[in-house]
Amino acid sequence: MEIKKTAIAGTLESSDIQLTISKADNGISIDLQSDVKKVFGDQIESVIKDTLAKLDVKDAKVKAVDKGALDCVIKARTIAAIQRAAETTDTPEWEVL
Amino acid sequence: MKSKVNRELPDDLMKQLNYQPFETTEIGNPEIQRVAPKVHVSTGDDKIVDSIKKVVDETLEDGMTISFHHHFRNGDYVFNKVMRVIIDAGIKNLTLAPSSLTGVMNDMVIEAIKAGTITNITSSGMRGSLGDFVSHGGLKNPVIFRSHGNRARSIEHGDIKIDVAFLGVPSADRLGNANGMKGDAVFGSLGYALMDAQYADKVVLLTDNIVDYPNTPASIKQTQVDYVIKVDKVGDPDKIGSGATRFTKDPKELKIASMVNDVITHSPYFKDGFSFQTGSGGAALAVTRYLRQAMIDNQIKASFALGGITKPTTDLLNEGLVKKVMDVQDFDKGAADSMHTNGDQQEIDASWYADPDNKGAMVDQLDVVILSALEIDTKFNVNVMTGSDGVIRGAIGGHQDAATGKLTIISAPLVRGRIATVVPDVTTVVTPGDSVDVLVTEYGIAINPKRTDLLAVLSNIPGLPVYKIEDLQKMAEKRVGTPKPLEYTDRTVALIEYRDGTVIDSIKQVKD
Repeated sequence: MEIKKTAIAGTLESSDIQLTISKADNGISIDLQSDVKKVFGDQIESVIKDTLAKLDVKDAKVKAVDKGALDCVIKARTIAAIQRAAETTDTPEWEVL
Repeated sequence: MKSKVNRELPDDLMKQLNYQPFETTEIGNPEIQRVAPKVHVSTGDDKIVDSIKKVVDETLEDGMTISFHHHFRNGDYVFNKVMRVIIDAGIKNLTLAPSSLTGVMNDMVIEAIKAGTITNITSSGMRGSLGDFVSHGGLKNPVIFRSHGNRARSIEHGDIKIDVAFLGVPSADRLGNANGMKGDAVFGSLGYALMDAQYADKVVLLTDNIVDYPNTPASIKQTQVDYVIKVDKVGDPDKIGSGATRFTKDPKELKIASMVNDVITHSPYFKDGFSFQTGSGGAALAVTRYLRQAMIDNQIKASFALGGITKPTTDLLNEGLVKKVMDVQDFDKGAADSMHTNGDQQEIDASWYADPDNKGAMVDQLDVVILSALEIDTKFNVNVMTGSDGVIRGAIGGHQDAATGKLTIISAPLVRGRIATVVPDVTTVVTPGDSVDVLVTEYGIAINPKRTDLLAVLSNIPGLPVYKIEDLQKMAEKRVGTPKPLEYTDRTVALIEYRDGTVIDSIKQVKD
């Protein structure tokens, strides 16, 4: 899936994560801010990367501001941000969700 | 060297500072010798001074121990005013021994450490930028954390020998009779500061309100005071405490509170004349509300409420549901004002409150106590000192002391955001599991297996599922995942004393 514009999903409320996805040329880069980065940083990044891979996003710049979100929330916010950035919100790929 | 809770302690520091590792929560009946302060004799007619600088010049030397109280909390003006003068006077190598350190003091403490003014600290706790600074190795010598009862014990033993105590008060007369109840910046009980007033060699009061002699009630007495300094303002009344602490509306906290109430009312301790201590957290306050109804319904009255006091507790006093409030500290203006007007709200000092080396402390008489936790592990050990990143961000307060109550309940959510509260091993052991009886989370409770009596009475209560603590821990881990272990350097930045003066755990410098 191709990222066409910058899009945001999620809030800065406790237990949520806010993801901003924008265009990039060479692969995936993730800039993560989190109070639990020391102990869950790797896990958060791997959930975001896995979700991007599942939706076949190869090039994207991701900014993630985490407020203690659980994996299911991170996954949901990532999917929403990708669909908004790829302008596919009207035709979601149900089968990969 | 290990403490009884299986924590490796730094051998070199333990030897150098002549410490023993923590063994047991039992205090026994040792005979101990208390110390007495020096007295500079005077009739007391020349105590009033208008310059902090003059007092600092007359009393302080390099290497001394100075103290402050934290009753003004984040509304404190006294600490920063005095430390400014001390730093500027170029005094070095001081030991800072306040009852605790609040956020408003952080920047000044860091500046004083960097200037070499402060080289040692003992405190109940520290938070924010100062906790961060110390956890990253900013202070060469380890901070010694002591509970409120243990600070009193250490002062009485001479382990903390205070050379000069700088104590802010909202009212004092020209000879130093002072209380925390009258004036603009009132905070109620002077409980923690009373130790300093009694045992420091030099006692310096700072006030913005010099009243007619003699000032009564005199919590601090003229017989203890060397100087009375007149300053502009001792504190910001709006930041000392909220007007009246409000009840939580958080459904999770309410659920925990109602379950804590179930544990209390089904326990054998819930009978006429029982005693209790609740903290100031959201759930703890809500417990007071549930308990009030249960006391009315069952026609039960409490003999006393203890500890840090809030308005919901003084309301119970006014309603006659609690006969006495034994007050070492007030968390809101309602409680502070009530001390002034209600004779059954007794001001107590930190020794009377919680010192283990005593002819009986109030905590020894306590039936039910509700405490909070940053973390609790499957051995029921509690951490109230370090965060999930290993950084210092808390205070022992009276946690270790009050936990000696007959029914000690830890109330805490199973998880906070992505951080599990119930863990296999706490980051830092502050209160040993031996003194903890029941854990209450929003999912259910766990009972310390040593309390088979409680297991019998608390099982089979509708709406109160009982789990093994290991099961609650697994439940938490299933929700948040398994965290990566924290990394530390070999350097010790703080030692945690148990209330008897042994060392229960240490805190290492975090790796970044």
